Amino acid sequence: MKLRGKRVLLHEMSLRDGMHPKRHQITLDQMVAIATALDEAGVPLIEVTHGDGLGGASINYGFPAHSDREYLEAVCPKMKRARISALLLPGIGTVDELRMAVDCGVGCIRVATHSTEADVSRQHIGLSRKLGVDTVGFLMMAHMIAPAALLEQAKLMESYGAQTVYVTDSAGYMLPDDVSARVALLRAELSTDTQVGFHGHHNLAMGIANSLAAIEAGAYRIDGSCAGLGAGAGNTPLEVFVAVLNRLGVEHGVDLYKISDAAEDLVVPLMDQPVRIDRDALILGYAGVYSSFLLFAQRAAEKYGLSSRDILVELGRRKTVGGQEDMIEDVALDMVKARQG
Amino acid sequence: MKVHAAIVGSGNIGTDLLMKALRSPWLVPRWMVGIEPGSEGLARARELGVKTTHDGVDGLLPHLEADEIRVAFDATSAYAHAENSRKLTERGVRVVDLTPAAIGPYCVPPVNLEQHLDGRAMNLNMVTCGGQATIPMVAAVSRVQPVEYAEIVATVASKSAGPGTRNNIDEFTRTTARGVEVVGGARKGKAIIILNPAEPPLIMRDTIHCLTEGEPDKDKIRDSVERMVEAVQKYVPGYALKNGPVFDGRRVSMFMEVAGLGDYLPKYAGNLDIMTAAALSIGERLAQHLQGAAR
Repeated sequence: MKLRGKRVLLHEMSLRDGMHPKRHQITLDQMVAIATALDEAGVPLIEVTHGDGLGGASINYGFPAHSDREYLEAVCPKMKRARISALLLPGIGTVDELRMAVDCGVGCIRVATHSTEADVSRQHIGLSRKLGVDTVGFLMMAHMIAPAALLEQAKLMESYGAQTVYVTDSAGYMLPDDVSARVALLRAELSTDTQVGFHGHHNLAMGIANSLAAIEAGAYRIDGSCAGLGAGAGNTPLEVFVAVLNRLGVEHGVDLYKISDAAEDLVVPLMDQPVRIDRDALILGYAGVYSSFLLFAQRAAEKYGLSSRDILVELGRRKTVGGQEDMIEDVALDMVKARQG
Repeated sequence: MKVHAAIVGSGNIGTDLLMKALRSPWLVPRWMVGIEPGSEGLARARELGVKTTHDGVDGLLPHLEADEIRVAFDATSAYAHAENSRKLTERGVRVVDLTPAAIGPYCVPPVNLEQHLDGRAMNLNMVTCGGQATIPMVAAVSRVQPVEYAEIVATVASKSAGPGTRNNIDEFTRTTARGVEVVGGARKGKAIIILNPAEPPLIMRDTIHCLTEGEPDKDKIRDSVERMVEAVQKYVPGYALKNGPVFDGRRVSMFMEVAGLGDYLPKYAGNLDIMTAAALSIGERLAQHLQGAAR
């Protein structure tokens, strides 16, 4: 793999995707401490939002320890170099929350839709550009459609004003060839001014391999998370990825020792359970299921005396997409009915 | 004697509404209004014996008296609705608004239609498809005991979400949340919409979570929910409680499926069907009221 001399922009996820395994209960002090350490380590972009994005506070996804505004107001002013980003899923959050985030000092808005539904992002991407912040389109569950179909959706986001479009492997399902095919096509067909990004999940332990494949295929932005703190088996473990990039001679500007200290000293101690490829996270990647369903399925399994793996497989069979957390209890109740005959 | 009605908007929604209205024992659709001479919807309406114009509401206005149009349904767009409504209501026509314009009060038939018959509001708005599907369930809980917070998740087939919804999805979330409060009776409301592209398309699903003030009165809520489901089924036979009510502390959750009748719109598009079915049920109740008043 010849990546020497390439440059990438790393985007840290532990304070947003990492909210999922924390059930959105990260404290303000923890947020500030981790973000400050990441800033100090040279991480250029740090995402801070409810796990399901702005406006995610809900029964369906979980009420967070603090509001998006409280988190952003605590973190943004503390940053010396890093820019803070916020995620927004149209249908969950609205332009009101987008404006709030920008008012708090967010410098990057990432608008996420299911990989086939880019046209719901027009108003949010448009407003984000109008407000003058770095604007990213984020195509989730990108494994579910073919590269050519994904390109059409990426072009829509680009036409609304997205300056970067992400191939997002929300289920941690993709293998390196799947990533290469999608990233390479986007890179070849989008404007040269548009950057391509890749967001991975580690459910099949492909986080690093997929991210390298993405860089090789032309991606400039890569998401990862300290100690992998993220939904499912977590995101691409960023401190490990930094080490690998150092070995390959890819420029990224992050200090390996400092980010690995942040991972070890700050992120690992706050984990409620090890973020690892347990049998359920494995099934997410194997069956192509949205990673943040993990804990919900485990809780439903416990409540109703079912196998969380069976619940996840059924959610995959029903072709659920990101955000359909409400279907988890529904599926569990159906399984209870079926068991009772 | 049936009350005469007009349908403004000759797209999918207007056409589905026309097919339902043709079966109505209370209403007879006399006019269908479009803006495109070549509109398929207008051609179909003519085949079904309905008069048409492609000059918008202005093409209908000269015929209001002669054809005794008392009720009009507007299935155009929020943008066009304000003018349409003004022109019709000032001539005494009761308007049922299927667009997101929300000039008039929100109306969800089994919850608050009776309050709006008297004509103080000449224009009634249908909230949103998600609102029609979920607000009855919020109201079913809130009529038993105060609901501090209600949240609804509407999942619709991608194919059933048109460009109007897609270009302004915030309008859906905001309007539905407001309807959950104003009509559903929740102190605070939140709405979430998910588009799912699965093939074959999935039937509309709706989840309703309520947080009650104090412990939920389970028996009363179960009974109230059951009665409300039956009330909605009168105009949307495919409205079904799949699971619940589930009680978990103060949380009460209902899991609904909404299948359409498949008149013109496909069956999976329960989200669109519940709009046309609810609009017609409002129109029919208005017709009954108008006839009663005339007698």
